[in-house]
Order: sequence, then structure tokens, then C-alpha cells
Amino acid sequence: MEEIRYEAPGSLAQAIELLAGSGARVLAGGTDLLVQLRSGRSAPRVFVDVKRIPEIVRLELGPSELWLGAAVPAAAIVESREVARLWPGLVEAVDLIGSTQIQGRASVGGNLCNASPAADTGPALCAVGARCVIAGPRGERTVPVEQFTTGPGATVLDPAELLVGFRIARPGPRSADAYLRFIPRTEMDIAVVGAGVAVALDASGRCASARVALGAVAPTVILAPEAAAALVGSRGEDAALAAAGEAASRAARPISDKRGTADYRRRISGVLVRRAAAAAFERARAGGTA
Amino acid sequence: MKLHVATTVNGEPAEFLCSPEQSLLDALREELHLTGTKEGCATGDCGACSVVLDGRLVCACLVLAPEVAGRRVETIEGIARGAELHPLQRKFLEHAALQCGICTPGFIVAAKALLERNPDPSEEEARYWLAGNLCRCTGYDKIIRAVLDTASELRGETR
Repeated sequence: MEEIRYEAPGSLAQAIELLAGSGARVLAGGTDLLVQLRSGRSAPRVFVDVKRIPEIVRLELGPSELWLGAAVPAAAIVESREVARLWPGLVEAVDLIGSTQIQGRASVGGNLCNASPAADTGPALCAVGARCVIAGPRGERTVPVEQFTTGPGATVLDPAELLVGFRIARPGPRSADAYLRFIPRTEMDIAVVGAGVAVALDASGRCASARVALGAVAPTVILAPEAAAALVGSRGEDAALAAAGEAASRAARPISDKRGTADYRRRISGVLVRRAAAAAFERARAGGTA
Repeated sequence: MKLHVATTVNGEPAEFLCSPEQSLLDALREELHLTGTKEGCATGDCGACSVVLDGRLVCACLVLAPEVAGRRVETIEGIARGAELHPLQRKFLEHAALQCGICTPGFIVAAKALLERNPDPSEEEARYWLAGNLCRCTGYDKIIRAVLDTASELRGETR
């Protein structure tokens, strides 16, 4: 049997070359992969530790956008005051992942590549319109985050490609996001439903644009454009929030499992979108995050 | 094939041989004979193997041993100064914040990381920070009291 190898390339080019080999898996924080390894659910032949690649572990707030390296640990994101001020919803989602120890390793890129339908970062990234930067043998490409996962455990990545990081445009004035999830306990559980909402208000306080995304109610994270449309033009009045919630419930396509029935998830989708939208409006009115 | 790993453990250079898929937890215990770090679940759920890697609290069971080449690892063995216990260790004894002791090294490493970031945590902050450390004996209350009492002592407050 071929021996297992551990590689820690220092560049994207080297990583891509290694990933082209058979049985190669990207090792970022390891909080999913190493658990799968120990349980026998995954048997990588080559661990490609990407944490020595500078752009993959870089968190950098530029004048127009945030660069969030795919393997930046959750703890580094949560600790960044500027990131938390500009994208409070995204940071809410990141901060819901696991324990302190898990946050020391787990990354947003890993969360997305693991492609659980219930991943917390998915709806939050979708709400803020994050774009995934992917590197591969044929160069670099960019994919909107809502198109990145294609089903449970499946992504658009070709075998020799890897997710380098995310570009997230700085929010404009009077803009804000929020993320809420429902779990039956207070923390460290998997979402029954997750909802991310981002709104941008005009100078008069009316919603000029909105994005609403749902997790754990379909094979992948989904956008709910009708829920977003229900918010546009409103000032976040109860009627508009209720309409957005109803549209979100209609957009959800959940299954029944041990965490909840499909009916329950549809109902919770509406409640969470209504509440997350209320929080996003409140934050945007309070001066927004720009 | 065994890999040769050169790293820093508790401030001292350390070298070991490991297999590529071996965990840091195994390497600490089996190769470096630092058995203070305990294995509980081996799936990142219980925190018994908590160590600090380049300043971040992590579960050593979810780190591959070769990953720590050139990095800094801090374990429970680095916390006391010779025979002098760290205040957290002393307070855990005073408050009887342990029974079987398997979770204790992880709690102390995690609590030290908390107090370095936040010298004055609220009870809620301490409980959330330590939520990834499981204890099946004490019911947590004595542990939280020991941590908060240590924080108060380290801030120079007298009780």
C-alpha cells in the first residue's frame, strides 16, 4: 500500500501540483478532515497542508474589499474589530462555529468546502455577496459563493483546484448584515435553520437592496430573492418583515430529519429571516457599518 | 516513512519522529513523553488535549504532528515554574475543582489562554470560553469559581 504523505507547500503552484495526485486532500484547520480520517470516513493518501501559503492565511481589509484567506482560523476573524464592525452578521456566523479550541483552527474556507448544507458561514457569506477565488491548473477563477456548493459534500472545485479565499466588497453607507440560526441548545450544535440577511438603505431610510440566504433547508445554501424583494422599498416595517418571512418559508425546501421536520424548518425559516432582517435594518439605521 | 519534526515546546527546542498522519496529541505523549496532555474523545469535542499552538488554543487531537514544524507549542507541562504551581493550578486545588483529573490539564491550559486575553472575565464569558472543555465529575461550578478566583488574584485584588 502506498504510504501516506504530509506536504506543506509554500505556494499555490506547489499545492495545485500536489492536489493533482491521487488521494490528495487539502488540510486547513483539520476540524472536519481529521475527524473523518479517524472515523474511517475519509482516507487521504496525501495531506496538503495549505497553511504555509501566505494568501490562504491572510486576512486583509483593503480600501474597497476584504480579503479573507480560506484557511484563516475563525478565532482570527472574531478577534478583528474592524471585520466585526463592517460585517457583524458574518462574524456572528463565524463565532457560532464550535468551541474556543475549534475556532482556533476551523476556517471559513474549510466550512464551505466541507459543504454541509447546514454550514453556518454559507448563508452569512451569501448575504454579503462574497466571491470565492479558486486556483487551479488552468489559473484562477471567481465564483459567487451561492454557486460554490453543489450538494451535500460537493462543490464546484475540480480535483486539482483549491479555494484560496473570499473577496467581500466593503458595505456602502447605511448597510448592515445579520445572521441567526436555530439550534435546540445554546451553542456548539448544527443548525436546524440558518438565515443571513444584508440590507442597504437609501438616505431616506428605505431599503434600496437586500439579500436573504438560508442554510439547512436545501441541499445547498439558497438565496431567497422573493424574501429580499419584500424588504426592498420598505423601512423595515412589521408588514415588510412579515412578508419577507413568509417568502423565506416558501423558498425553503427542507427535508425532515432528527433535527426537525420539513414543516418545522419552513416555519423557522420565516421566523429567523424576519428577526435577522429586523436586526440588519436596526444596524443599518444605527449608522450602518461603513 | 517517519518524518523528522523540529519545533518549540514550552519555550524549548524539541525534535521528534512521527508518521505523517499521527496527531500532535500522540506525538506529545508517545514521542516527547509529555503525558500531561490527555486524550478524551480524540474528535475535538472534549478539550482534554487542549494546547496552545502559535498563541491559539487548539485540540492537539485535531492537529497533525508534522504541522507543528517551526511552530510554538505550549502544554500543561510548561505552566508551573519548577515546583511552584501556577495560580490556576493552586486555585484548582483550593477549590477542589477536579475529581478524576483527566480534564484538568485541558481546563488549565484553556483557562490560562482566557486570562491572558481577558484578565477580568465575567462568569458568562468564562463559561463560554471553557464550553469546549468537558468535565464529567465536578459539574463545572468549582472550576468556574477557581478560574474567576485566579483572575481576581492575578489582578491583585484581595478577597
